[in-house]
Amino acid sequence: MPLAVVLILLVVGSVVFHLLSPWTFTELASNWGLIDFTIDVTFWVTGTVFVLVNLFLAYCIIKFRYKKGARATYEPENKKLETWLTAITAVGVAAMLAPGLFVWASFVNVPEDAIEVEAVGQQWHWTFRYPGDDGKFGEVDAERITDENPFGMDPDDPNGQDDILVYSAEAHVPLDTPVKFLLRSKDVLHDFAVAQFRVKMDLVPGMETFLWLTPTKLGRFEILCEELCGIAHHTMRGAVVVDEPEDYASWIAKQSTWAQDSMKAAGNAQVGAAQFAVCAACHGQQGEGMQALNAPKLAGQSSWYLKRQLQNYKSGTRGAHADDVFGKQMAPMAATLVNDAAIDNVIAHIETLPDNPAPSTVAGDVGNGEKLYRVCSYCHGADGQGIRAMNAPRAAGMSDWYLARQLENFREGIRGSHLSDYYGFQMGLMASVARDEKAINDLVAYINTL
Amino acid sequence: MGYVAIADRDHEIEHHDPQTFISKYVWSQDHKVIAIQYGCTAIFVGLIALCLSAMMRLQLGFPDSFSFINPENYYQFVTMHGMIMVIYLLTALFLGGFGNYLIPLMVGSRDMVFPYLNMLSYWVYLLSVIILLISFFVPGGATGAGWTLYPPQAIMAGTPGTEWGIILMLASLGVFIVAFTMGGLNYITTVLQARCRGMTLMRMPLSVWGIFIATILGLLAFPALLVSAIMMLFDKTLHTSFFMPAISSAGMDPGYTGGSPILFQHLFWFFGHPEVYIVALPAFGIVSDLLSTHARKNIFGYRMMVWAIIAIGGLSFIVWAHHMYVSGMNPYFGFFFATTTLIIAVPTAIKVYNWVLTLWEGNIHLRVPMLFSIGFIFTFLHGGLTGLFLGNVTIDLPLSDTYFVVAHFHMVMGVSPILVVFGAIYHWWPKITGKMYNETLGKWHFWMTFLGTYAIYLPMHYLGFQGVPRRYFAMGNTDFLPASAQDLNAAITVSALFVAAAQILFFVNVIWSLKKGPKADPNPWDATSLEWQTPDTPPKHGNWGHDLPTCHRWAYDYSVPGYADDFIPQNVPPDIAPVGRDHEEDH
Amino acid sequence: MEIGLIVLATMLAALLGWILRQSFNTQPWVAEVTPDADHQAPFNAGPKLVALTTLLAVITSFFALILSAYSLRMDLGDWVPLTEPQLLWVNTGALVLASATLQWTRNKAMRRDASSLVPGLLLTGLLTVGFLVGQLIAWQQLTATGHYLTSNPSAAFFYLLTGLHGLHILGGLYVWARATTKAMGGDNDAVRQSVELCTIYWHFLLLVWLVLFGLMIST
Repeated sequence: MPLAVVLILLVVGSVVFHLLSPWTFTELASNWGLIDFTIDVTFWVTGTVFVLVNLFLAYCIIKFRYKKGARATYEPENKKLETWLTAITAVGVAAMLAPGLFVWASFVNVPEDAIEVEAVGQQWHWTFRYPGDDGKFGEVDAERITDENPFGMDPDDPNGQDDILVYSAEAHVPLDTPVKFLLRSKDVLHDFAVAQFRVKMDLVPGMETFLWLTPTKLGRFEILCEELCGIAHHTMRGAVVVDEPEDYASWIAKQSTWAQDSMKAAGNAQVGAAQFAVCAACHGQQGEGMQALNAPKLAGQSSWYLKRQLQNYKSGTRGAHADDVFGKQMAPMAATLVNDAAIDNVIAHIETLPDNPAPSTVAGDVGNGEKLYRVCSYCHGADGQGIRAMNAPRAAGMSDWYLARQLENFREGIRGSHLSDYYGFQMGLMASVARDEKAINDLVAYINTL
Repeated sequence: MGYVAIADRDHEIEHHDPQTFISKYVWSQDHKVIAIQYGCTAIFVGLIALCLSAMMRLQLGFPDSFSFINPENYYQFVTMHGMIMVIYLLTALFLGGFGNYLIPLMVGSRDMVFPYLNMLSYWVYLLSVIILLISFFVPGGATGAGWTLYPPQAIMAGTPGTEWGIILMLASLGVFIVAFTMGGLNYITTVLQARCRGMTLMRMPLSVWGIFIATILGLLAFPALLVSAIMMLFDKTLHTSFFMPAISSAGMDPGYTGGSPILFQHLFWFFGHPEVYIVALPAFGIVSDLLSTHARKNIFGYRMMVWAIIAIGGLSFIVWAHHMYVSGMNPYFGFFFATTTLIIAVPTAIKVYNWVLTLWEGNIHLRVPMLFSIGFIFTFLHGGLTGLFLGNVTIDLPLSDTYFVVAHFHMVMGVSPILVVFGAIYHWWPKITGKMYNETLGKWHFWMTFLGTYAIYLPMHYLGFQGVPRRYFAMGNTDFLPASAQDLNAAITVSALFVAAAQILFFVNVIWSLKKGPKADPNPWDATSLEWQTPDTPPKHGNWGHDLPTCHRWAYDYSVPGYADDFIPQNVPPDIAPVGRDHEEDH
Repeated sequence: MEIGLIVLATMLAALLGWILRQSFNTQPWVAEVTPDADHQAPFNAGPKLVALTTLLAVITSFFALILSAYSLRMDLGDWVPLTEPQLLWVNTGALVLASATLQWTRNKAMRRDASSLVPGLLLTGLLTVGFLVGQLIAWQQLTATGHYLTSNPSAAFFYLLTGLHGLHILGGLYVWARATTKAMGGDNDAVRQSVELCTIYWHFLLLVWLVLFGLMIST
């Protein structure tokens, strides 16, 4: 008897939960309303079955519960009833399958006028490629991938020259235009999924997959990787930004082509030396860093990383958080570098500075630090040397007090909480490995030994 | 012929009746002891997997609160939890445990046909478990590739446990498959050859049918896993490129060329989908017998039930790619696999209807095994219905790889089979041990497990609707999820810990029963099938004393009109079944 | 996956047909006074033969699935057909002969001709070991010409397929060795069934080899 009551309560409760729960589909932002429709149909069919069967079950339990002297009916089978039930089930199944197949057919057939955007996944980042004016993508090949050619472009392919390579994890697409995302992976399986768009597809190394959609809402939509791709799977995020067509056009116009990228002049260290005078005030003449002025060592740090940080400071991606005291000092300094060329020059100068290991100032339990560092080593390398392909800067031999402070900033969301700071976001999630001051000290003490 | 061969062996078995403790309980060739060995080992690793899931839930419900969980070991927990539960617990428990115990007793045989092979099967299984557990302690730890072990990620840097963990995992699976094949050959041969006189196929209890068909599925499907494990081992250790395409990993070229990760997925799911039914079919069979016995009514539509088991088993081989709708395989496959997948819903639905209709006009005893069986109907119905979402290729687009999937498969092949496992243990406990369990404790165990698991998995579907991905160590800040999603996650964790703790009741009950439990009646449920008709309880080595039983009827003669008792055991001939007062009413 | 599916479908269909025969038109709820004794086996066979048949079904599934993988992998871009060593023809001949001598031994054993048992078994063993040695030499020839496991998937599959087939032969040789030892001890009655089962297994592995070999030389 209590069982029957509980079953009825569970049925009613489930239905109420379904109707009232605030946890339901995110608001649709693409043309795939038909998917939601198919789900609604399935909900009605399965919901009805769920309610009817369980209420019948509860009824049986009440009505036919054990009574002394009562006797069950003997009925081996009932062909008619079984046939009817089979037929009704088949009809219900067909009712769900039909819209499903119909919608799948439109998913499989991409509209002719769809624009193409290539999304490239790697552990644990997104990058994008647009075909450029000729509308054709150049050939790529995983075996050609290097730090300088992260897409594996073929330099001899004319179609690739005007391809636009987007190194940030943000893709822009125009509103109300069908977009075909071509999906490619450099290393392992990934999955391109945007909850509001409803569609998703795996990225498979060695082949190209696709999905298509027509964005119907302006805004920024988060891309999640939804195929387990290693230890930092959960940090692999990006965004699709849906613009008005004219905004999209002007965004595209601002991007440089691969040919332009590869012809860009290298930084001039001599010009940079003059500009470095401003930096030297805090970071030291040799870029050796000054703890008293809260300025970390720069010499020996990977130049691609320095460039990214300077750009981030300039754009307000870093150093804009209210509690980031020292970042706020740096931001106006970075602004004195007027353009990318200026940044390149300064960095070219920093590359010439002598790389002497920074002094150890943090002490901790090295053994425990070693255990904690295992997780870090996936990106920063077993020797803390930094791995460009993973977008992970060097940690060993740099200012240890600065590392400690940044770890805390990441953990507390002081750094890395800006929407466009995808790498900072990753560190925000990974910094939870060092949960308190002691753990941070242990970790940094271990890095000092590398 | 088969009959003679077994009859010949009667003598042999009694002659070799084991004497010492070691030969009786350790190197035992008695199917009942082997079943208990299988069962205890499986439950032991299952408890480890349960602890792993508790750790995962702690991290998900309360991220950043526990310093002993980092992304590395989180993914190792995820992987090992899944693999242990699916293979080393459920498969081993249903086939090695219940299969071993029930088949010979239910078909009226003295033992499995090859007792030595049967013993070997257990020890090889134990070896596979040991290899699996060792992988926690090797450098780099156990593999964190997810239980699906998809390459390239499973063997590439970037995933925990690529040093030794994955190698031991694959080796352990290989050894398990050998053990399973040894057992499987026995189950098949015993069902085909060692049934007692009169035990036609269509008189076998549905438990035997479920286990029999599941074994066939296993024997034909596990080779797919073996093939993929061998080929992946080659890719990992000898650097072939079966599954490995040319890639650039962490800026380096590992030297692979041209292989196909999708090929692995096809092989894996060619095993993986039948695996679902390797677990489900024995559960279907057992629950049918439990429902019938405790409702004092024949199983409704027995023939339909047998055919549904066979149809589901057959169809399970042509639905595998529904796990791969968004894998990047040829999208046109989606039409075919969505159709076959939804077709499989029809025989499955028939089974559910027939279970419920068995209760109709029954005389239902709500004892502990029955509570678990009815709980199973509820959870299985729920999990089956959500399968119709995921099987329908279009709906899989938003829902695959989200918590909806996690909720679905836990409901359908986690909670449901486990409810049957418990129901079956309570049901056959008096026969296995000769002791009764404590009814009150059993009921508490049921209520906490049943309600607790529903509280875990119902809300989890809704996280999936919102788009929360599975296998995420932490979500971080996202703009598409409301903050309340985390509250829901915390609530789920609380339920999960509650359910895990509730299992203590089961073990308390086991210990209480073994120490203080009252002596059990040989047939406490007034059941008809042969295992309840043994001369001794628990049955002795050789099961049947001097003479093998003869089977005269199916296992569902409950409440037959015209007979005084409401059950007629299978070995009672028609002419001597006691005729009672009901007889007159028939005229 | 088509190959795997077709093979499995055939095996399942055979099983299904048999179950159908057993169960069609029976009314399980009707009790029976004096049950029939001889109903259980799918064919008139002892349990060992049933177990062997089941095992062969498992091995069939195993090889069918590898061949599915083979055909899928073959369609990918980097496949370079392998020129198999001519020696394989000789090996194939040895295996055919081994199968034939075992069949001859079996026929003799069935007619209780004890004198041919040991020589027949030894000859079979010799030919089978010869086959395995030949396969190893074929491996050597391949590596000598620069076809390593890693050079191309076609070579990798060659080593994998021949290796796995060889392992199954080794398993057969273990049973063969036990039977031969017993036969040498003069225990002919006990050996008879072993020889019978070995014969089936040998024919089966020969068939598997012919399929593998045929596929490999044609691609």
